Amino acid sequence: MSALLEVENLATHFFTRAGVVKAVDGVSFSVRPGQVVGLVGESGSGKSVTGYSLLGLVDPPGRVVGGSIRFEGQDLVTLPQDRLRAIRGRRISMVFQDATATLNPVLTVGEQMLLVVKAHEALSDKAGLSLALDALGRVGIPDPASRLRSYPHQLSGGMRQRVAIAIALLHRPALVIADEPTTALDVSVQAQIIHEMRELVRTSGTAVIWITHDLATVSSLADDILVMYAGRVVESGPTRTILRSPRHPYTLGLLDSVPSRNPPGVDLPQIPGSTPSLLSLPPGCPFAPRCGFATDVCREMPAVSQADGRTWRCHHPRGVAA
Amino acid sequence: MSDPIMTLDGVVKRFDPRLSLGDRIAAAIGGDVETRSVQAVRDVTLAIGKGETLGLVGESGCGKSTLGRIAAGIMKPTAGTVRLAGAPVMDAAGGKLTTRIQTVFQDPFASLNPRITIGETLAEGPIAHGLVTPAKARDYAAQWLDLVGLDPSYASRYPHQFSGGQRQRVAIARALAMQPEVLVCDEPVASLDVSIQAQIVNLLLKLKRELGLTYLFISHDLGVVRHISERVAIMYLGRIVELGPTLSVYETPQHPYTQALLASVPRLVTSDADLAEFKPIAGEIPSPLAPPTGCAFHTRCPHAGPRCAVEQPGLVAPMPGRLAACHLLAGGVGKAA
Amino acid sequence: MTSASPFAGAWREFCENRTAVLALAVVVLIVLAAVLAPWITPQNPYDIGTLSLMDARRPPGYVGSGGYVHWLGTDAQGRDLYSAILYGLRISIQMGLAAGLVSLVIGGTLGIVAAYAGGRIETAIMRVVDLQLSFPAILLALVLVALLGQGKTQLTAALVAAQYAYFARTAYGAASAERRKDYVEAALAIPLSGRRIVFRHILPNVMPPLIVVATVQIANAISLEATLSFLGLGLPVTEPSLGMLISNGFQYMMSGRYWISIYPGVALIVLIVAINLVGDQVRDQFNPRLKR
Repeated sequence: MSALLEVENLATHFFTRAGVVKAVDGVSFSVRPGQVVGLVGESGSGKSVTGYSLLGLVDPPGRVVGGSIRFEGQDLVTLPQDRLRAIRGRRISMVFQDATATLNPVLTVGEQMLLVVKAHEALSDKAGLSLALDALGRVGIPDPASRLRSYPHQLSGGMRQRVAIAIALLHRPALVIADEPTTALDVSVQAQIIHEMRELVRTSGTAVIWITHDLATVSSLADDILVMYAGRVVESGPTRTILRSPRHPYTLGLLDSVPSRNPPGVDLPQIPGSTPSLLSLPPGCPFAPRCGFATDVCREMPAVSQADGRTWRCHHPRGVAA
Repeated sequence: MSDPIMTLDGVVKRFDPRLSLGDRIAAAIGGDVETRSVQAVRDVTLAIGKGETLGLVGESGCGKSTLGRIAAGIMKPTAGTVRLAGAPVMDAAGGKLTTRIQTVFQDPFASLNPRITIGETLAEGPIAHGLVTPAKARDYAAQWLDLVGLDPSYASRYPHQFSGGQRQRVAIARALAMQPEVLVCDEPVASLDVSIQAQIVNLLLKLKRELGLTYLFISHDLGVVRHISERVAIMYLGRIVELGPTLSVYETPQHPYTQALLASVPRLVTSDADLAEFKPIAGEIPSPLAPPTGCAFHTRCPHAGPRCAVEQPGLVAPMPGRLAACHLLAGGVGKAA
Repeated sequence: MTSASPFAGAWREFCENRTAVLALAVVVLIVLAAVLAPWITPQNPYDIGTLSLMDARRPPGYVGSGGYVHWLGTDAQGRDLYSAILYGLRISIQMGLAAGLVSLVIGGTLGIVAAYAGGRIETAIMRVVDLQLSFPAILLALVLVALLGQGKTQLTAALVAAQYAYFARTAYGAASAERRKDYVEAALAIPLSGRRIVFRHILPNVMPPLIVVATVQIANAISLEATLSFLGLGLPVTEPSLGMLISNGFQYMMSGRYWISIYPGVALIVLIVAINLVGDQVRDQFNPRLKR
């Protein structure tokens, strides 16, 4: 199947007072129609900036400085703002971590869903509201008709996030970018939303880029994952394959340090140090200073290796014969 | 459990809304003013053994953080007492009486004063309470920085010069410098990066081994709690619904809420079998402004019967060393007695 | 993340706004001129012995009996206006600073105490403050000056009474926000004394917004004092501040002797506008919502 989205060598830099922050630096990946891709990384890894770059939502002093984003045959990087706006919300939509910030507090759920419908389609109020009703039902909101008349503050956090997801799905977009959509929610609500999301993706054929710091939540949802570190993709491939046998020492370190994979009470295998400042990245592999396998060769940036549908960016990949 | 060092007895915390005259008038004529009290903690009795780590688990709004603040002597309970080695931790006016209980907070970016150096942050408490003289404060602070794995020369720096993980180490050092017996840890790893969480968990394990500390470890993360705690208490809407040795509770949860919570934890899925185990609980946590009558969980419980809506279940021991509050374990969920 | 002191960074940021830098330069220049007035003016306008009625109401450029040029002309008493303006600025700035700083201390303390103590103390302090904020400051100052009489101390007291509420409100708002932060809770958990928490922890974090209010309120105090003096309720005639100079010249405006009122007025406006421009930049820098 041909790709829906093809990102090549994307670079987004922030030109700050203190210097140039290379938040995203040479990221390439593709998404097929209906595919769920997990974009995993810690704070400062560039995962969210990658997501925002796709939609042209990077605010100054940040700017996409290189690469291409091909979506349904057009390059989003060079597309004029008005054309991009037409794609945004209709063909690609976004779900944010904080639904409170995306919903308008003075409009009812129904009113704002109607606004979204009418932004891209000329429909009557009645037809628009029935579309909204249908969308709320699909994301597992009980009694959707009465919810249409609710204001955002009358809903729980989980319900608000469901409304945000319903709005994102209103126009049956080809791609949804979800940035930490369940991070602020309780364990049980998070589980419900992931459960519903899985069904939704299966039935609607919408592709999803699920941005998260949490390997566990994404593992039950994503077909493929991309692991990001310091602005680069360090490893990518089918989710279960990566989780079973990670190639990159960073992925391995993250997986090993998960408490439930260790006997209780013993010291967890830990990655030493902390995530590097993007202002002063050392030349070479950015993970080398924290890596137990690093050697002299790691002072040079490793190239991307590729095999069996996986990629990795490491001089000393695990589970690969040298 | 060894001899209890800390006991919580019948602790209740209610937050009454502060209503101005205008609010009262508005409420009287039917305005949208919240006049109900939040029942954050409802009759909790707990004992923590010396040298033990007790995990306190629950979802947001269950009252675990409020209970932690009461245990730490920062907040005055509406009713009930907290005692450390038999002595009350708070006077009648709500002043904290002991320095032997210290606290580590969730967000190290908020819990350190941005305008005070690390050295002063560490030394001000011990100086104020006579644990060290101002002349020796420098060496004293250095000693605790070293213990938590930070360079003692950092004492002259400000919090903004540190990463999240380093700040949490500073916050831990600040608590330790008071030479506590009990450390209340309120979500100490929740706001840290994944790769840093393991470092802090390991540090807490090490400190407990070396200093013989007792932890009240509050978290929503069942994986971390399983790793660090010997016993675990599960809270739901202000009450403890299950209490027992951690592994035993995780393997054979007795309360339907514990069962549901454990089943909804996201886990690393590496096979279809993992995926099948993952089952979310239905519904949402009711508001602590209006907790359900009887058993608070009955609105979401798959086993609920008529008795659950009217009668509050007490903690019973379904097996030695375990406690759970469910009618299923004490006479069934049928008609109320 | 740099290890440079936060002040160096703030100064660099301040310097990026050219208007603010220019305004600051003007303020510094005016303050310097006022401080150095005895040495850079030809005449002490308070020394009646040096005044000659022969020189009264002379236009700018006139060479008087003292043998020097009156660049800005003279007033009705024959004072050299240039000298009178600098001496007037001295008094205006003194009054502004004194009133501003005393208001800062009193208002700031009240606001922080209200926020930290809570309960009845909070209600009592903040009700009074709110009540006072609903009156125009000028009205309050007028009534107080009328009651207390003339003199620097009385005037300062009136200005402080009219202005402390702004500081109290600001300090209260900022301190309430700080009070809820985890680091205060951490200090309570140790436990540290209330005094230490208020003065060592909350106060330094409340200072930035208070400094912003202080810059603007000093300008307000200066104009308030000028207003009172203009109305004849400020300082005695022996200590003419800018307001009184303007007032003295006002009756001659229509007879073409504009300079007696206009030049002191220009000095006052330039000073107040410059302080406000500096204050605007300081406020923008402290306001995190405007940060890029």
